[in-house]
Amino acid sequence: MNIESREKTVIEAGQGSHRYWQDLWAFRELFFFLTWRDILVRYKQTVFGILWSVLRPLLTMLVFTFVFGKVANLPADGGVAYPVMVFAALMPWQMFANALQESSNSLIGNEALISKVYFPRMILPISSIITSAVDFLISFALFLVMMLIYGVSFHWQILLLPLFVGMALLTAIGTGLIISALNVSFRDFRYIIPFLVQFGLYVSPVGFSSAVIPEQWRLLYSLNPMVGVIDGFRWCLLGEHVVFYWPGFLASIAVMVLCLVVGVRVFRTMERGFADKI
Amino acid sequence: MSTAIRIENLGKKYTITRQRQSGSGYVSLRDVLSDGTKRMVQKILHPRGERGGERASGTQEFWALKDINLEVEQGDKLAIIGHNGAGKSTLLKVLSRITEPTTGRITLHGRIASLLEVGTGFHPELTGRENIFLNGSILGMSQREIKRKFDEIVDFSGVETFLDTPVKRYSSGMRMRLGFAVAANLESEILVIDEVLAVGDAAFQKKCLGKMDDVSRSEGKTILFVSHSMGIIQQLCNKAVVLDSGQISYTGAVSDAVNVYLQQKDASYHLHAMEPYISFLGLNGFLSSPEGIRFSVGFKSEIDLDECFLDLAISDMSYNKFYYYIDEKKQLSARSIKAGVFYFDVFIDHLNLNSGFYAAALNFVSKAGVILFRADSIGFPEIFTPHNFIHPSALLACPCNVVCRSGTENVSEKKEI
Repeated sequence: MNIESREKTVIEAGQGSHRYWQDLWAFRELFFFLTWRDILVRYKQTVFGILWSVLRPLLTMLVFTFVFGKVANLPADGGVAYPVMVFAALMPWQMFANALQESSNSLIGNEALISKVYFPRMILPISSIITSAVDFLISFALFLVMMLIYGVSFHWQILLLPLFVGMALLTAIGTGLIISALNVSFRDFRYIIPFLVQFGLYVSPVGFSSAVIPEQWRLLYSLNPMVGVIDGFRWCLLGEHVVFYWPGFLASIAVMVLCLVVGVRVFRTMERGFADKI
Repeated sequence: MSTAIRIENLGKKYTITRQRQSGSGYVSLRDVLSDGTKRMVQKILHPRGERGGERASGTQEFWALKDINLEVEQGDKLAIIGHNGAGKSTLLKVLSRITEPTTGRITLHGRIASLLEVGTGFHPELTGRENIFLNGSILGMSQREIKRKFDEIVDFSGVETFLDTPVKRYSSGMRMRLGFAVAANLESEILVIDEVLAVGDAAFQKKCLGKMDDVSRSEGKTILFVSHSMGIIQQLCNKAVVLDSGQISYTGAVSDAVNVYLQQKDASYHLHAMEPYISFLGLNGFLSSPEGIRFSVGFKSEIDLDECFLDLAISDMSYNKFYYYIDEKKQLSARSIKAGVFYFDVFIDHLNLNSGFYAAALNFVSKAGVILFRADSIGFPEIFTPHNFIHPSALLACPCNVVCRSGTENVSEKKEI
């Protein structure tokens, strides 16, 4: 074998990897295997197994319908049944929340891998996010059944749903990258996440329609990227009952992009120290 | 032969932050914030204060590797030896890109696969079959490669009956066999292995060594191998590097490297200000087995010691088998020792060992059972036995005499090997 036919790698101080993104692509199979592992492991040795991804949103929906719909007596979007409206928002929210939790803990959860094997570390937080997308698909199937039961008709906008799924996932990746990287050095963040997720559930328009927010605050409110995602979901699924709020959508997109850019930057900078710090 | 690995001026620096007394193992954000605030306040209060001094008290620089220059030819089987903390693992970590070097550069020609731990990323809940795929892809194999080699991997591991059992129900030996089986089938041009054969039974170890020897011979694979087992290194490697506190102290032939390593005095063993002095008496390079061996170990103590024991074991180089063990209370008990230099002379009349390399390990134990001094790997000259014994461990019963004497006499008479 001569030198020409062999792949040449140069390791130098302070260089990171020159070919980081090519490396990321080269390791795509590892990405799939890690995702596959997370999905396989998720419900091993549980009695209800995959049913859990149905039960959790269903129970939350019942409570929210009761609290916000009955007790607080908030109006539903354009006369859609309250449970349907809540569930349409719960799907992306739970996907986002799970994704954020999984990705934040992905690095410290895979300590052995980080200290023993090389691969672009970004694979870990991103692959852990895919699991929540699988959970989402299951609850989405449940939602379709609900639509039939409540007699909500389908609209062409449903075709745009993947756009908003992607938006939720990208937001989760952006935030997840920042938090997972910081989590390696500062374990404080594992306490922040559960709080953030719980807090976000009430701040985001999950249990109520964002139409109840006073008009002058609505744009500010949309700086929470999940507001854009949830509004988008309701618009896609509930059709003409919902009015699409463009300024809010654009604001959410802007924040999402910001999260992603900052996330990748922070992650790339901190990544070098992972093996030494974890 | 072409170069597979070229290392130039490689260095790796760690900054050690002194742990707070109250702190748990983790750095918390609060500490960082409060430290930062403190520093800022001090800067404002003493704008020209001694910043250097403050910094020195909090952190400390430590070069785990320094000025490493090394060239490895394709097909070489290079052993990296050195005492604990010499930088072996750090070198492997830098080579396998797990952590970045602080200075210097490494050029690798060919795909590199590193096995720093057997079964990295095994998930206990997944079955053996699933873990083969997972572990393979973690080590850098493609799915197609794993599928093609699957039967070979299963065959090598010998766990085919338990392929669909979760790995958490495996014995540690099975887990290790499976892990090594995956790694042994890696298709990389450079293979980096860190002390992974320390566990596992002798038969499997032999199988692994055979496999490694095989691949390096037939496929021209370059192997970097870290081990404390001199026996395995002599068996497998054709070149060696000795690391000492982050620097290369020897590069070259394996047998010389082993000698350098065995004679390296480890500073961390100097307890209670004692200086070990080890020498062999009446030996000419090698030793014919039934003849017996005599060696003396010298100590220098700053304080008076009462009732100390010398504990002696002779093992083969891979620390697999201990051939000699002397009951501390019966045989080697020393009387009270005055401060100063003193020696233990050990005489073993009939050393019934088979041909090969052996080392002694000594523990010098106080009355209370505290180990005052420990010397591992005191290398013996090569032992040559005309007829090998079938049960060498039977020599446990052979007589041994220890004399303890004080003073500085006779040092010049003894020949150091």
